[in-house]
Amino acid sequence: MGRKAEFSEKPKKGPGRKSKKQKAPTFTKSTFAPLDKDDGKLSHRQKQRQAKRLQKKVVKKPKDKQPKQVYNSESEDEDVVEEEEVMSSEEEVVQNGKVKGFSDDNKAWLKPKQKKGAEPAALEEEDSDEEEVESEEGEESEDEGKVKVGKLFEEEDSDDDEVPDDNFADSDDAEGEEESEDDDSEAEEEDSDDEDDSDDEKLPIEKANKKLKKQEAEEAKLAEDEQQMSVLNQEIFKLPEDQEGEEEKPITLPEIQQRIKDVTLVLSDFKRYRQEDRSRQEYLEILKKDLCVYYSYNEFLMTKLMDMFPLTELMEYLESSEVARPLTIRTNTLKTRRKELAQALINRGVNLDPVGKWSKVGLVIYSSQVPLGATPEYLAGHYMIQGASSMLPVMALAPQENERILDMCSAPGGKSSHIASIMKNTGVLFANDANRDRIKAVTANLHRLGINNCIVSCEDGCKFREVMTGFDRVLLDAPCTGTGVVAKDPSVKQSKSDVDVQRCYNLQRKLLLTAIDCLDAKSSTGGYLVYSTCSVLPEENEWVIDYALKKRNVKLVPTGLDFGTEGFTKYRQFRFHPSLNLTRRYYPHTHNMDGFYVAKLKKFSNTIPVDNDDDLDEVENVETTVGSEEKVEEEVPETEEEAEKSRKERKKLGKRAGKPNLSEAEIEAKKKKLVDDERKYVAKVFEKPVKVVKKKPVEEKQPEKVSENGNTKKPFEGKKNKKTKTNVSETEEKKSVEPQTNGNAKKFEGKKNKNKKSLPTQKPEETKAPVVPQKPVVKPSPPKPVEKKVVTPQSNKNVKKFEGKNNKNQQQKNQNNQKSPAKTQTPDKKKPEAKQVLEKKKVEVEKLPEKVSQKIKAKMDVKKGKGKKQIGQLKQNKKKVKG
Amino acid sequence: MKRLSDDRAKILFEKLSKFVGPNVKQLIDRPDGTYCFREHRDRVYYVSEKILKMAETFGPDRLICVGTCFGKFSKTNKLKFHITALNYLAPYAQYKVWVKQSFEQQYLYGNHIPKSGLGRITENCPQYQGVVVYSMSDLPLGFGVTARSTMDCKMADPLANVCFHQSDIGEYIRSEDTLF
Repeated sequence: MGRKAEFSEKPKKGPGRKSKKQKAPTFTKSTFAPLDKDDGKLSHRQKQRQAKRLQKKVVKKPKDKQPKQVYNSESEDEDVVEEEEVMSSEEEVVQNGKVKGFSDDNKAWLKPKQKKGAEPAALEEEDSDEEEVESEEGEESEDEGKVKVGKLFEEEDSDDDEVPDDNFADSDDAEGEEESEDDDSEAEEEDSDDEDDSDDEKLPIEKANKKLKKQEAEEAKLAEDEQQMSVLNQEIFKLPEDQEGEEEKPITLPEIQQRIKDVTLVLSDFKRYRQEDRSRQEYLEILKKDLCVYYSYNEFLMTKLMDMFPLTELMEYLESSEVARPLTIRTNTLKTRRKELAQALINRGVNLDPVGKWSKVGLVIYSSQVPLGATPEYLAGHYMIQGASSMLPVMALAPQENERILDMCSAPGGKSSHIASIMKNTGVLFANDANRDRIKAVTANLHRLGINNCIVSCEDGCKFREVMTGFDRVLLDAPCTGTGVVAKDPSVKQSKSDVDVQRCYNLQRKLLLTAIDCLDAKSSTGGYLVYSTCSVLPEENEWVIDYALKKRNVKLVPTGLDFGTEGFTKYRQFRFHPSLNLTRRYYPHTHNMDGFYVAKLKKFSNTIPVDNDDDLDEVENVETTVGSEEKVEEEVPETEEEAEKSRKERKKLGKRAGKPNLSEAEIEAKKKKLVDDERKYVAKVFEKPVKVVKKKPVEEKQPEKVSENGNTKKPFEGKKNKKTKTNVSETEEKKSVEPQTNGNAKKFEGKKNKNKKSLPTQKPEETKAPVVPQKPVVKPSPPKPVEKKVVTPQSNKNVKKFEGKNNKNQQQKNQNNQKSPAKTQTPDKKKPEAKQVLEKKKVEVEKLPEKVSQKIKAKMDVKKGKGKKQIGQLKQNKKKVKG
Repeated sequence: MKRLSDDRAKILFEKLSKFVGPNVKQLIDRPDGTYCFREHRDRVYYVSEKILKMAETFGPDRLICVGTCFGKFSKTNKLKFHITALNYLAPYAQYKVWVKQSFEQQYLYGNHIPKSGLGRITENCPQYQGVVVYSMSDLPLGFGVTARSTMDCKMADPLANVCFHQSDIGEYIRSEDTLF
């Protein structure tokens, strides 16, 4: 048949309907008047409901009583009253309205009510049914209402009649009484509220409501307290358990989680929750262990993190470190625009968004149906997959067109290509990386992105100043432990140790100094260096920058990034330069980026400061601690100079380590022998008899020297033949080639090199100068003539001056310097030990016959600061002697 | 970094002219400075003289790449263009081939272009002519050599190759190791 018409379902349409709609009715009191007699009573159900409510409250009350007994009496009253208030207040009000001849107070209080007349009724409509009924009740005559109420709540009869009256007849007084017993603050609140709303007819209801809420809040508080108490109790019991038999019982992950929560709670308010006999340290220890297990960090890294963050932030950081950051891409502005790229990718089923206001080239990928690393757009070089944080250093660098820019550690070329695209393929970009395998990725990426102003090289970053200097800007994205990108590479959590960190920051310092040297302070547009790492550890960030600030003529400038947290100026025992707050840190939990650090430096002078180096070295050597000797030896030394020193020291150690103790006579004999030996060596090593004496002190291994002394080469180019094979020849070749090719650049270099000379050369000598007799102890690694030796004459002059000023200082320095090789873990503690031992020795020596003792003393002074092992030996010696 | 020997230069320019024809001139006489071809470890680089000078400060074994790599001479002295040359071939190309959207991905995996994958082709394209391959949205995808002239293409079997694959941008991923 035909179509079924469903007329019933059709909604009514038409514009007229709404306009015709009635407004909500407004009731006056009179409208309800007739109802009073018939419907005033509560229906059966309503009564039931009310009874239930009451019961509930009665049940609640006892709970309330427990916490505050003083308060209880009132609260009880109020509890009881509440309901009645709701009803009776209205009764009263209505009554009041009807009755004339009130006191002044009441009049003032009543007037507004009369004016508003209809309002409360309207409001009440919105309320629940019960309330409506109650309001209806309100219209009843006094007696009836009260009687009914009384019937309903027989138990509280007496209260009913009195309290509401109190409340309303002289509301101020009643409130005053109640509130005076409440907390002051509450009283104040209520007073103010009362004053505001006192006009309102609903005041009592609101008041009641407030009280209710207050009570609820209190209950909640109490409940919390109870919980915490229970937690505390647990904690109190738990702590000792942990210490006794922690490993015995298997602990599940949820248990650990719970314990982490518990301990953080205790630590959040330590005074209150602590166990009396437990120190904060113990709690922290347990927390650390738990966190290590729960997030699978190793203890070292967790300690570092706990040092850096307050507890709450630490938890956030750890949590967000577990989650991978969103994938971001960077538009290659050389080939396309972000809008076009976004459109093209959307067409391929990629869900994306701009990365933020701070970047005009970044896009965040939420989801993608195609692999983003293989779309035709990617292959055509329209974008680069790059973390959001990786764009920051380049933005901070702010490259300009036609500049000469160096990216020292460029692999895999993300930041390099970003620089090039900002330069719009003008100027020259040097992309350097020490790793030959990774450098391929750089070339591939640069070609893919259509960059043709780039020179890709595979040079050791630390030697780059030998190749070329005079850059307008340098980006140093230093190799680091990667503690900021834990989400990308979780192995970091387990694998890193203090030795790794030390190795990293040593390398970073070296690189940073080189990078600064490569920079041209006189550049019209630049002279800037940006240092960045993907690590969050201050050792690899602030500390490195702080070091550079002391070592070179650079200052920190604002990064130009308007977000990110400020770098530390204080961290544990470290006090960094105050301008380090200009650097920026980025965390996963606050910026939704990988952990990152960006600092921007400006070089203001091409000269290299010399004066304060010694002090710094001292500090440096003290600070380089950690680790077993073998590992340390693998490490990259902090600066070339120190490297030399420490190597020397190590050798001495090695030589002396297994030797039996020497009597005074032996020592003397040995001294002579060594002096003789020196001469021999000198004769052997140097065909040219020229600077024989001064050559003594320097005996070292070859390869390092080349690196350090790249600077110092120039003056003795004539003696090239002495320098041994290795890189020197290469670099020499380069130099010979260079003048032809870019003479300008070279000129610059020449100047700089001269400046630099003084720095690296001087230090080693300073340490040596006072120690001359000692040198022989070192077994000079057989004939290896080094440029150093040639250098000495220059620097010795400086040294001598220095000596004259303060011998003591130098001795101390020697101490420190020599200590470093021993790698004492806590330098502070060990110093005193060493001193003690030395002093004892002195005492011993003084007992000896004068001549001998003097000699020995002399030797002792020299030895003073020698490494741990030596000290150990000395001790042993003593024991033996005593024995 | 050394100058190309005469015969190698000849080979290079012959090859170049296969793709860009008389536009080779524009590669050499540029308004924005002199550009030149240099040979480094058998690879041919195209680079501005200004940059070249600076690159010479690096030792030969330290220098990885300068400017743009065009291709590599084989041991038999034949020049093979790398995909990296596309940056310069594409803008000057005389003959072009467009592949259909559906065939794009296949081409990027190194397949020859059959008639069925052919979207468009420059008119009057002779046989064995070097062409640059574009996607339908004018994205250069690579280059190759026509297997048939334009006229022949029209009559060709749908599965018959019309363009031989020489290089495509997929190589950036596929053969990153061997390219550089």
